[in-house]
Amino acid sequence: MSDQDIQKAARHVSQNERLIFELSSPGKAAYQLPPLDVPLAGPAEALGPEYVRAELAGFPEVSEIEVVRHFTRLSTWNYGVDTGAYLLGSCTMKYNPKINEVVARLDGLSNAHPCQPESLSQGCLRILRDLSKALVEIVGMDAITLQPAAGAHGEMTGMLLVRAYHERQGNPRKKVLIPDSAHGTNPASAAIVGYQTVSVASNSEGTVDLVHLDRLMDEEVAALMLTNPNTLGIFERQITAIGEIVHSRGGLIYMDGANMNALVGVSRPGDFGVDVLHLNLHKTFSTPHGGGGPGAGPVAVKKILEPFLPVPLIRENVDGSLALEFDRPQTIGRVRAFCGNFGVLLRALAYILANGAEGLRQSTEDAVLNSVYLRKRLEGAYDLPYRAPTLHECVFSDKHQARHGVHTGDIAKRLIDYGFHPYTVSFPLIVSGALMIEPTESESKQELDLLADALLSIAREAEQEPQTVLSAPHSTRLRRLDEVQAARRPVLRWKPAQE
Amino acid sequence: MSYPSNLRYSDQHEWVLLDGSVATVGITDHAQKQLGDIVFLELPKVGAIVEAGKPCGTVESVKAVSEIFSPVTGAVTEVNSALIESPEWINQDPHGKSWMIRVSLSAPAPLDKLFTAAQYEEYVRQETAS
Repeated sequence: MSDQDIQKAARHVSQNERLIFELSSPGKAAYQLPPLDVPLAGPAEALGPEYVRAELAGFPEVSEIEVVRHFTRLSTWNYGVDTGAYLLGSCTMKYNPKINEVVARLDGLSNAHPCQPESLSQGCLRILRDLSKALVEIVGMDAITLQPAAGAHGEMTGMLLVRAYHERQGNPRKKVLIPDSAHGTNPASAAIVGYQTVSVASNSEGTVDLVHLDRLMDEEVAALMLTNPNTLGIFERQITAIGEIVHSRGGLIYMDGANMNALVGVSRPGDFGVDVLHLNLHKTFSTPHGGGGPGAGPVAVKKILEPFLPVPLIRENVDGSLALEFDRPQTIGRVRAFCGNFGVLLRALAYILANGAEGLRQSTEDAVLNSVYLRKRLEGAYDLPYRAPTLHECVFSDKHQARHGVHTGDIAKRLIDYGFHPYTVSFPLIVSGALMIEPTESESKQELDLLADALLSIAREAEQEPQTVLSAPHSTRLRRLDEVQAARRPVLRWKPAQE
Repeated sequence: MSYPSNLRYSDQHEWVLLDGSVATVGITDHAQKQLGDIVFLELPKVGAIVEAGKPCGTVESVKAVSEIFSPVTGAVTEVNSALIESPEWINQDPHGKSWMIRVSLSAPAPLDKLFTAAQYEEYVRQETAS
């Protein structure tokens, strides 16, 4: 490889920086308070002695510019979607439009308090109501809760609704069926809600094996949890038949909406037999989630599940004003404080309104087009174990490169040298040595070409100079991290040397 | 890859050493190679009942979390607690000091479903070829 092959990244900018605790010197402060002009109140009397700590140990004491420089320098170690393509398959790291942030910073919204009286919260309630209506229309369902704080929380909420429904029918049932290509959160959520999980095999196309499903489906199965399109990016074309098998024995279809960005404006889960699904607003609807969110995982349901939705829901009074409704006797209760992560919900509505119906559909089509374009450029150089048409993402395997001792994790590390955030490594598990790539609609053809060129160049390196790939990354501040040791002996807390 | 001939093997890549009514269970060399560096192990408690073909624990590597399926049915009499502290042994010595549980069999081991070393080697060869 010559340096010309690396077109995007040169050396990664990275200033050395210690922990902020190590920058501390006693007595330094970033603020000055005016002299106290009211009587001193003891915290113990005001709050109760049990809330008062005797000492605040180890807080860093630094000046304002030190704080600012510290975090600015740290930010030079970072890579975000604002730096370049962020290929994590299944994570949908699409661009977070700045208009969302402008809207979220409007005074009346950023300073609203959830304990404000309803008469002064009409704007916020309207935002929640409008978002509910928009999402219900997009997924073709009947009702929705916006409360869950993330995707897995939405899954748990959805499965609680499933359980409540079956309990109401007289038997909560025992099992939940989950395809072997599913996200790991699906079995975890079903188990948390008290169900035993049973894995459904994939066929050679990469979709649900109907014969196996038919054999497993009985009167003790509460639901099938299905991701559509699935983690291979393949649409479950037999979804109608799947629905018939599950429904005929009294089960429900739960759809993991993590990949809804492949369907918005084109196809509606409510129309293809889904009874309950969650959405990841922090994926499909462009709210931030790099760095931990927060997210939002609204759960949309068909009429049969509506009575069980968490409270409060939003009700429209006869005079047109909005109110929070708590009086719902069959509700599963609250799953989150107040109305969920309002700031995230707000950004999702901004995204929906800024795009409009046509824009949303265009986003879906562009996401699929980008993914298919990459797939076509990389096919041949990388092995494609499932060859069915794919939508928003595609999964290659490292089979060709493995012959030279280079595996998916090595290719991912090398991609960092080329200036890209790696794809998802070693997932889904049904593909050995998986490279799971999701470009999203955000990328231009120029960025996609840079990326494809980089991956093709790495494929050549794997063949001709595997050592370059095996010892990557070369241009980063730190080289290969010891992932094994980090998992086996994690050091999660800084402690001062004298302790 | 090593396939000790004194062991029997399941299609889920566990090995079992049968000694009268006592079975010792671990995961195979092939399994640990597929998983990569193992960082965490969860095993049943002594006294727990395990069932052939059903999950009895989990093993976590830097790549993935996988279930361990019991190749036999019975009650757990002993758990390798040292292994839980040092799961990296599974990568170093999957058949020896990385035994996981001992089971007092309540039903005969399902020998028709457990491969011999030669059969298992062939099974792995076919699985990796596809």
